[in-house]
Amino acid sequence: MNGLPVLTLLTVLPLVGAAIALVAGKHARDVALLTTLASLVVAVLIWMRLPLDGSIGLVERAVWAPSLGIEYHLGVDALGALMLLLSAIVTLMSVDAAHRVHHQPGLYFALVLVLEAGLFGSFTALNFFHWFLFWELSLIPAFFLIKLWGGTRRGPAATQFFIYTMAGSVALLLAFLAVFLSTNSMDFPHLTLLASTGELEQMVTAHLGPVTMWLAVGVLVGFAVKVPMVPFHTWLPAAYAEAPSPVTMLLTGAMSKMGVYGLLRIALPLFGAQIAQIRTPLLVMAVATVVMGAWAAAAQKDLKRIFAYMSVNHLGYCLLGIFALAVPNAGAAAQASQAAALNGVILQMFNHGLTAAALFWFVAMLQTRTGGHRGIDQFGGLRKPAPVLAGLMGIALFSSLGLPGLNGFVGEFLIFRGVFPLAWVAATVSVLGLLVTAAVILTVIQKVFTGPAPEHCVGFPDLHNGEKMALAPVIGLMLLIGLLPSLIVDTLNPTVVNLLAHWRF
Amino acid sequence: MQESISFTPQLAASSIAHLLWLVPAAPIVAAGVTALLKQPKRKTSATMAIGSMSLSLMLSLVAFAHVVGAWAQGLAARETVNFSWIQFGATNVDLGWVLDPLSAIMLVMVTLVGLLIFIYSVGYMAHDENFTRFFCFLSLFAGGMLTVVIANSLLLFFMGWEIVGLTSYLLIGFWYQKPSAAAAAKKAFLVTRVGDVFFLLGIVWLFAQTGTLLFYNNGAGSMEHAALAALLGQPALLGLTAAGAIGLLIFAGAAGKSGQFPLHVWLPDAMEGPTPVSALIHAATMVAAGVYLVARVYPLMQAGALAGGTTTALTVVTWVGAFTAVFAALIAVAQNDIKRILAYSTVSQLGYMMAGLGMGGVAVGMFHLITHAFFKALLFMGAGSVIHGCHDEQDIRRMGGLKADMPLTFVTYAIGMLALCGFPLLFSGFWSKDGILEAAQHWSVAKTPFYMLVFGALLTAFYMTRQVAYVFFGHWRGGKTAHESPSSMTTPLWILAIFAMALGLIGTPAWPWFRAFLEGHATRFDMLGFAEPGLLALMGVSTVVVFLGLGLGWRVYGNRTPNPDEPDVLEAASPLVWGWLHDRLYIDEFYGLTVVAFYGWWGRVSDWLDRRVWGGLVSAVARVFGLWAQLNRFLDTNVVDGSFDKGCDELASGGGLLARVQNGRVQTYLRILALAVAALAVLLIWSSRA
Repeated sequence: MNGLPVLTLLTVLPLVGAAIALVAGKHARDVALLTTLASLVVAVLIWMRLPLDGSIGLVERAVWAPSLGIEYHLGVDALGALMLLLSAIVTLMSVDAAHRVHHQPGLYFALVLVLEAGLFGSFTALNFFHWFLFWELSLIPAFFLIKLWGGTRRGPAATQFFIYTMAGSVALLLAFLAVFLSTNSMDFPHLTLLASTGELEQMVTAHLGPVTMWLAVGVLVGFAVKVPMVPFHTWLPAAYAEAPSPVTMLLTGAMSKMGVYGLLRIALPLFGAQIAQIRTPLLVMAVATVVMGAWAAAAQKDLKRIFAYMSVNHLGYCLLGIFALAVPNAGAAAQASQAAALNGVILQMFNHGLTAAALFWFVAMLQTRTGGHRGIDQFGGLRKPAPVLAGLMGIALFSSLGLPGLNGFVGEFLIFRGVFPLAWVAATVSVLGLLVTAAVILTVIQKVFTGPAPEHCVGFPDLHNGEKMALAPVIGLMLLIGLLPSLIVDTLNPTVVNLLAHWRF
Repeated sequence: MQESISFTPQLAASSIAHLLWLVPAAPIVAAGVTALLKQPKRKTSATMAIGSMSLSLMLSLVAFAHVVGAWAQGLAARETVNFSWIQFGATNVDLGWVLDPLSAIMLVMVTLVGLLIFIYSVGYMAHDENFTRFFCFLSLFAGGMLTVVIANSLLLFFMGWEIVGLTSYLLIGFWYQKPSAAAAAKKAFLVTRVGDVFFLLGIVWLFAQTGTLLFYNNGAGSMEHAALAALLGQPALLGLTAAGAIGLLIFAGAAGKSGQFPLHVWLPDAMEGPTPVSALIHAATMVAAGVYLVARVYPLMQAGALAGGTTTALTVVTWVGAFTAVFAALIAVAQNDIKRILAYSTVSQLGYMMAGLGMGGVAVGMFHLITHAFFKALLFMGAGSVIHGCHDEQDIRRMGGLKADMPLTFVTYAIGMLALCGFPLLFSGFWSKDGILEAAQHWSVAKTPFYMLVFGALLTAFYMTRQVAYVFFGHWRGGKTAHESPSSMTTPLWILAIFAMALGLIGTPAWPWFRAFLEGHATRFDMLGFAEPGLLALMGVSTVVVFLGLGLGWRVYGNRTPNPDEPDVLEAASPLVWGWLHDRLYIDEFYGLTVVAFYGWWGRVSDWLDRRVWGGLVSAVARVFGLWAQLNRFLDTNVVDGSFDKGCDELASGGGLLARVQNGRVQTYLRILALAVAALAVLLIWSSRA
């Protein structure tokens, strides 16, 4: 693969697939399946070709517009590569789940593939301009997918989603323009280096006055909307609920990770010192995300809204880990905790993506089998007619609950291991989230799978073989990561060490 | 992968120690294969479950014999096998297992009781349509429980602990069509999870402080001297050391699993599960896992205690245990469901074990754990036999006279009952309970727990006599006549009955083999053990108490043929007290009005905040933007151009400032800025119209 611009290829692949899907008519889904499968293969190859020392590898550089500080600069470390893997897996799952698109399938799958390209582009870009292009690019197909294929209240949901994220992007863009004006660079590694020596802040202050903190806040707002962090999250329940379930899989499984990724790739490296200064309010918001997200889920009746809020809760643990590790002058013990938290955060990103996507897939199955029902009170006793569905969805739900032996636990354990010594109050309050999520998940199981069955659930079909085959690898991966997290962490940890070494708080 | 799981035997671990992982692995594999089999495969699943359990039992016996052999030769009887699971930074997250007297004894108990209950279940569940699934869950449970037993790492312990919690949840809710079973399952999982989140905090704290999760690792483990000394030097909150605080957090987890007050509320409800489940999980093994946990981390609990003294953590363990022992025994007096009486009895006996650990040490608490496992499993399986024979009747008021119809069940049940009451000399419960009472008598902090536990013993004898009198004496008050159970059910009863009597022999004062083995010193038979001052007097007291309880019980309930619809004799005497006890002191109702109500209320508040406050802010902003967009629509693109120009002007002035610093490239900057703002403005307007 040496010399082959594999990251560019990976990004171009879905775009080519999208073009073909547009004209493929009723074969569009097959085209999309093939494309996403091929992308997954490439993503796995990339994961296996990462440099062992955790640095950024597979670098591609080309002159683009040097006078504007714009350069074609791609590369991935384990963080980026893991997100590529996740995006590829989730898109494949989403395409797999979307077998009932009757309205303009060509356009639908083309948009899904463009979205995938947006994800790939943003997880490989190392230059702000390039990164921002893909960040915005992914937004457009998502908007149309909600707007054109969504539920009854899709219009307002799509608009709110778009404008909200756009507002975040404006904050982000303005902050970055200021950085560019001060440093004449948009290159992430270069800016990281400047920040780690404190030069970045000096340059900004020299050019624009003491505004570095405001730039940090601008960047944080941009990502806080995307993740989302309380109180920037209100677009999420509506968007997740109104989007067709396969699109919700993409939104929660992959797109929400762009926000966390941004925090790790941009906010912490460039503005670590500023984030450390406002760490306490940020931790308060992270804890609020964990606790309020879980509790808001408890008050919902719609399965999609429940899982939407549970996503807020689960990404809250990522925020908790990220903000907790922003402590200046860490000693050896604190460094170990930072490494634990960061490994946990990145693992949690992957695990949440996998599990949440699976859960929305199951919701899609419940919906199509009962003629569109998705209120928890509208189900009951499904374990009897559909034991396999109940069993597999049960595993996904318990993974979401954080049961040891399944993937969800490992990330949460590492996050709590890291956060507790660094911010014990935040960690202690956040365990409430673990409790409440458990209550919510068990209530879902109780209402959907046990007790007497309502009329429209009579004759509920169990999974057919195709669905079993499609779900088996996903559930298998949950078990595999739960039991042998070293499969990921062995590769991830050097990158974590490398990242932490370059961050200054 | 290969690098990360590199086995690094600590001592020259023996081959059985290396193979110890097979003990939990065998039932887990059986469960996995059963789950993947095309349903229903009744015979295969039962054969695999029983076969894997037999294999585990054999391996456990070999391991036990090995440890006993090492101990008899005076060798260090602890072997560990540790390996790294994952690594973060330069820190390893280690897992591993340990073979020492504590784990060896538990292994034999769990596999033996487990195997007997598996065999019993073949008969008990014979007509259940989900027979296959039942054995799948039971095997998974056994795997989790055995993982707990052999774990040498707090994290591995926690993993097994949670698997056990999961299977407990699945098996309580086994008859999931019954809403009460589904609700009980959920309650069990959630109440124990309250303890578990504290446990988790304890784990991460201990890990952060000591840098290891291993219990024993050649001096570098968290339960070994160096780590404990460091923990003692670390102050935490409220005057506690880190050791004390972590000990209390871990105990919260143990209290949840072992049904200690105030987290006991799930255990009686757990009786919704099939009776073999109650016997295995909610009497003999899982609920004892909390006690085992305290025993496992005992060095931490005890850290900092002066000779003969105690620590804050152990004092808390003692008080919680002693209180639970009496409190649950009181409630048991006023219950009418045969399994619920036993459930409260289990809660009470777990309290005895905790108190024994707190006051007397590992050997005292663990001995009661082991004897209780056998006689309580026997009682539950006897109760299952009764329920089976009475056609699923569980109300003891609607039974009676079964000693004639079910003689085998009666005799074995009577043995279990006498063991539980602590009937002198012949029964194991007498010796193990006496050990606890003796420790309580010598406790340096207070004498109250001693009196509480003696009173608890009186109550135990009383409520068990009441139950036996109702069930086996008098005349039959039910519907269809009862019948004796098949031999697949009664044979395990006999085996357990023998253990319920004989096990006492290894823990008498004359031959305290159990204690010597656990504590690693030599012992021999010596009748002078009884000559310890005060011991015979104590045995006398406890004998008198047992006879008093039995006598009172018999006097009130014996040879009466109460009408099932009339109030109980005691109820007639004091309806108020009876009502409180019968309604479990209204603790469930209290939680309903506080914790559960708060949960619902706060959920609604969170939802309201979302919809009204945060959502309201957003809609307000959206309205402003909407107005702005309409203005644009009705006027003309000039407005857009106007705002565009205005934006440019503002940026120009900002840029002008900059131009003084960086000459010559202002135009370039402005071009990007203008383009970006234009793009954003267009997008915003266009999307808000969409």
